[in-house]
Amino acid sequence: MTNGWTDIANADVIVAMGGNPAENHPVGFRFVMEAKRKRNAKLVCVDPRFNRTAAVADHFVQIRTGTDIAFLNGLIHYALQNGRYNEEYIKYYTNAPFIVKEGYEFDEKEGVFSGWDESKKTYGDKSTWDYERDDQGYVKVDLTLQHPRCVFQLMKKFFARYTPEVVAQICGCSKEDFLKAADIITSTYVPAKAATFLYALGWTHHSHSVQLIHAAAMLQLLLGNVGVAGGGVNALRGHANIQGGTDCGMAYHNTAGYIPIPKAANQSLKEYLEAHTPKPLRPNSMNFWQNLDRFFVSQLKAFYGDHATKDNDFGYHLHPKLPEDPQTGKPENWSWAFIFDAMHQGKMEGFISFGMNPVNNGPHSRKVIAALAKLKWLVVVETFQTETAAFWKPDILKLVGLKPEDVQTEVFLLPAANFAEKDGTFTNSGRWIQWKWKAIDPPGEAKPDQEIIARLFLKVRELYQKEGGKFPDPVLALNWWYTNPANPSLEEVLKEINGWALTDVPDEKDPTKVVLKAGDQLSAFLQLRADGSTLSGNWLYIGVYTNAGNLAKRRSTEDPTGLGFFHNWSFNWPANRRIMYNRCSADAQGRPWDPNRPVIAWRNGKWVGDVPDYKADAPPEAVTTGLGPFIMLPEGVARLFVPGQFADGPFPEFYEPLESPVKNVLHPSHSSNPVAVVFQTTQYDKLGTPDEGYDIACTTYRLTEHFHYWTKNNPYNVQLQNEFFVEIPEELAQKKGIRNGDMVRVISARGEVRGRAMVTKRIRPMVVNGRTVYQIGMPIHWGFLGRGKQEGGLANILTPTVLDPNSFAPEYKGFLVKLEKA
Amino acid sequence: MPTVSLEVKAISAATTPAPGMKEAPRVAKLIDVSSCIGCKACEVACQEWNDLPPSVDRPFTGSYQTMPDLSWNFWQLIKFNEILRGDGRLEWTMTKYQCMHCADPGCLRACPAPGAIVQYANGIVDFVQENCIGCGYCITGCPFDVPRLNPQTGRVSKCTLCSDRVAAGLEPACIKACPTNCLSFGTKEKLLLIAHQRVEQLKERGFPNAGVYDPPGVGGTHVIYVLPHADRPEDYGLPKDPKVSWTLKLWKGPLKWLGHLIVFGGILGAFVHYLRFGPHRAREEDTGK
Amino acid sequence: MELTRRSFLKLGLQLGASGALVKALGFDVRPALAQTRALKIERTTETRSICPYCSVSCSVIIHTLGDKAHNVTGTTVVHVEGDPDSPINRGTLCPKGITLKQNIVNDLRLTKVLYRAPGSDKWEEKSWDWAIDRIARLIKDTRDRHLIEQDHKGRVVHALTAIGVIGGCTDTNENNYLLTKAFRAGLGVIPLEQQSRI
Repeated sequence: MTNGWTDIANADVIVAMGGNPAENHPVGFRFVMEAKRKRNAKLVCVDPRFNRTAAVADHFVQIRTGTDIAFLNGLIHYALQNGRYNEEYIKYYTNAPFIVKEGYEFDEKEGVFSGWDESKKTYGDKSTWDYERDDQGYVKVDLTLQHPRCVFQLMKKFFARYTPEVVAQICGCSKEDFLKAADIITSTYVPAKAATFLYALGWTHHSHSVQLIHAAAMLQLLLGNVGVAGGGVNALRGHANIQGGTDCGMAYHNTAGYIPIPKAANQSLKEYLEAHTPKPLRPNSMNFWQNLDRFFVSQLKAFYGDHATKDNDFGYHLHPKLPEDPQTGKPENWSWAFIFDAMHQGKMEGFISFGMNPVNNGPHSRKVIAALAKLKWLVVVETFQTETAAFWKPDILKLVGLKPEDVQTEVFLLPAANFAEKDGTFTNSGRWIQWKWKAIDPPGEAKPDQEIIARLFLKVRELYQKEGGKFPDPVLALNWWYTNPANPSLEEVLKEINGWALTDVPDEKDPTKVVLKAGDQLSAFLQLRADGSTLSGNWLYIGVYTNAGNLAKRRSTEDPTGLGFFHNWSFNWPANRRIMYNRCSADAQGRPWDPNRPVIAWRNGKWVGDVPDYKADAPPEAVTTGLGPFIMLPEGVARLFVPGQFADGPFPEFYEPLESPVKNVLHPSHSSNPVAVVFQTTQYDKLGTPDEGYDIACTTYRLTEHFHYWTKNNPYNVQLQNEFFVEIPEELAQKKGIRNGDMVRVISARGEVRGRAMVTKRIRPMVVNGRTVYQIGMPIHWGFLGRGKQEGGLANILTPTVLDPNSFAPEYKGFLVKLEKA
Repeated sequence: MPTVSLEVKAISAATTPAPGMKEAPRVAKLIDVSSCIGCKACEVACQEWNDLPPSVDRPFTGSYQTMPDLSWNFWQLIKFNEILRGDGRLEWTMTKYQCMHCADPGCLRACPAPGAIVQYANGIVDFVQENCIGCGYCITGCPFDVPRLNPQTGRVSKCTLCSDRVAAGLEPACIKACPTNCLSFGTKEKLLLIAHQRVEQLKERGFPNAGVYDPPGVGGTHVIYVLPHADRPEDYGLPKDPKVSWTLKLWKGPLKWLGHLIVFGGILGAFVHYLRFGPHRAREEDTGK
Repeated sequence: MELTRRSFLKLGLQLGASGALVKALGFDVRPALAQTRALKIERTTETRSICPYCSVSCSVIIHTLGDKAHNVTGTTVVHVEGDPDSPINRGTLCPKGITLKQNIVNDLRLTKVLYRAPGSDKWEEKSWDWAIDRIARLIKDTRDRHLIEQDHKGRVVHALTAIGVIGGCTDTNENNYLLTKAFRAGLGVIPLEQQSRI
């Protein structure tokens, strides 16, 4: 989230799209109801189903699953056409005035951007997706926004196609419903109004998910709704610590603090830093990533301790490098779906899963089961038995035509402590890092994860000490300094994540002064040094554990501004800032756009309010001369036009899901995302078409009564929703002779599931391109193990291994099925 | 344990008002149907607090609704209803249903078992399980069809408005849990004020018939609703004009002595029935000794 | 409590003794002072925690039996309720948070190390020491066999892609960090992922 949960109460308009917050974040949703009650805010819900959020919405629009970009692009067009944008905001806070290179273009007929190579089906040359530079390497801008190649003018042209008629045609909604939504949402372009966008997996689970969020961000920037109270583009996210896991490096492509993982091409620390440290694109841009050397060297000190010295590049050689794929010449991809693809190809021997259940939660369960069966060994650390741990049991294995005796995988199921049985911090989607205290010992012989991780690591290290082996250096060098090495205290680990000074740290401007004494905990980012005098596991979390103690434990409920900042409750990364990009909440002179909701303001020579997301002593006018409010970007401003970072274009174009009941009306030749990742490596990687009878659009989702695949073990939650079901529109049910409560079969090109029909008015058939299109939906949450009716009603048996080319998220929300009465 | 406002106001099958009655603030639960997202936190908060066993194998209801109806182990039920309004607008109403804690409780009037139903001065109508004889008169006496008989124990139960929590100065479990403030707890006066404010807001937002449901036929209730379409309470599964039946009023009024004779006959009947047929299921420890 | 023949008779006796039967007939006006049920969390120990389910991070109070005195051991959770102090949830919870007790106290919880041998169709119980030794051996052997020292262009990478590690989306930041530190910075594991993409 750019903002936080409590801030939603400050909104005038709440857009729930690509998420169903009433269903999936009911307690967070209380701030939506508060905004409605106290600010008379309007809630607009756009979704394929009339869901729980729609039930309390002021305006609901049903759209066909996977068409959200068309809807958002229509909103952008509406805002541009009706002058509903904040001109000063986009002039100084976005790249609207940036001039784009000559040669950049979008082929409206073909649906591809310049640089497309039709023979190779790829963007062979993305060099035109860039800005025009002056001779110093800075970007050329036109603050009048008139230059025909400035981003603003290019946007006008690009989005002109998304008229209300086209939106209605693609999305299957009425033009009137679209226009009503457009009017409510874009009404917040005035300075004193704010709209917030709440999205979740309904946006990220598409083959065009990153562009979807890009489109929402563009709209919010046009309306001046980013960085302000009650605004933002807010990823609600799905798990207790999915945010913290992301922050702490649980992804193949970066280490903690979003530090890019070293690649094979970066053979020395110098090469690594040169390749990954961005150059400023504007004269005064803060370009905060210029400090990458401080972040990464301090992290290497945390990893390798005394084995990381100036002379050995701080142990850079100890850290693994991402290998290069010999076929593509690009770094290898080891994201989720690629892991299981490689596993299925027999490229992996062992797998360790801490509290994850890929058979159920990954796309295409059958492929995952078949992949696990090829492992030599599998370790699952869990609180309850899962389908992944038990994949070798006959009723699960029969999905891939195998028997237990066929599977040679050694499986270990280790009993783990749960949340109440250990302490430590969770980071919520609003970036609040909150400490929890241990309430009770784990049952039986269950153990906390830190002990399991530590004992496994120390035992492997012991083996290397005794026997030697391949490149034992990092195993032996790892800085395992904890007072109790076999069961590290999480307080100590949090101290390390924050980091401390290893020696006295002098002031960079005045070396006679000392900023930190040896042993002091860090309290600000720029206390970090790239010379090995500081240690920090994750620079982004600096401030959470200072000399003042563990600030994640703070519990002050005071809120003097009434805006819901709660600065002394827990700790909010970055720097305890509650609203990101908050320099944008004030105009170029530093006056809050809305005097009643000031996030920060320039008073008496300093910024007051929230922790400023800006150079603390920079006067407001600096924003007009290049010191932009988006300090992490080399541009210093938000990217409406994305210069080459995305695989599928600088602007968000509408593409159909890979499996769609209809062709893209704008450009049938490139109907779906031309660079989406489509696996074709195993017999399981199949896509269905309407011609083969797969003509019903299907989507998957969660229910408020359950959490993922855990609560199927809890009797109370099972009682609340005790059976896998399929939601079917009345009209479709009638056509198929299905009555409410009948058993039905849902079949995709990947597999089939059986469930109870829930016939409803809440999904209506829609007319798209003159054809009636039906959608059905099904909740996840069921499987083979647990209480109640666990009869294999596992939605992911149906879902495809098709991924977004940027985030590599699978397309769970929009695939094709057949429906039959069972 | 501190007890707050749990002076007794009326007791089932007692002939006179409870003496020593002090003034106590009247409490209430407000259900703002326009804010309900049907999350069911109230349903399970109630069950969990009251240690009521879940019905894991309950039947499929055809909708998101948990149970087809209230049950002896399920005291709060959100009713889900899909309504297509005349203008083509779909409404998915979610209405919590439970004991209304009537000011003039039909159950208490009907109950022949001394002390089985108690009305506290704060308005809570509580069933005292130890004193219940399972005759089921409260079930027929209730204008809202709320009390349910547990066939295993032969006793009737319903929402207690968490009298144990309220007695200790806490709010009822369902109200504490409710994430959207659809439920609130407080004095009835204050909640009526809030209810009317919300009705005004609803009217401004396009619900001209919004209103408060506090049916006078039962003397008002300690569970009140804000309904977006107060002209059609039946859309929410609420009776349009609930009343305590005139027979009960008569019985507890001029014909009280007759009533008690009938009741006594009822008790004797139940007693004889019990001695003859025994309990539904006897425990080992009892049958063995 | 179930009604049994004996308790029914007892009830009758009590009714008689207390004069309630008489009262039912309208002859006695003895007041019945109602006794509400005892509060089940009256003297429990309260611990502040965070709900492990979604990303809102509601604060909860876990009520456990016993007061954490020296001889208190092996206690259990009696009740879990929202923490009214938290600015996020202010005491409220959803139907999953309010039933967290069942996530902690549940007879399906795993309490023993389980092992499935190659080709087997059943779990066997094992000791922790055995499991740690065996898994460490497997990790080392796989690493020694498959650690990629150089890529196809001869550049040093020291990357291990034959072992994958996933997890952490409902584990603490500290354990996420320890996972990346031990497995990536230590053992060189490249396929390290969590729930965020899926």
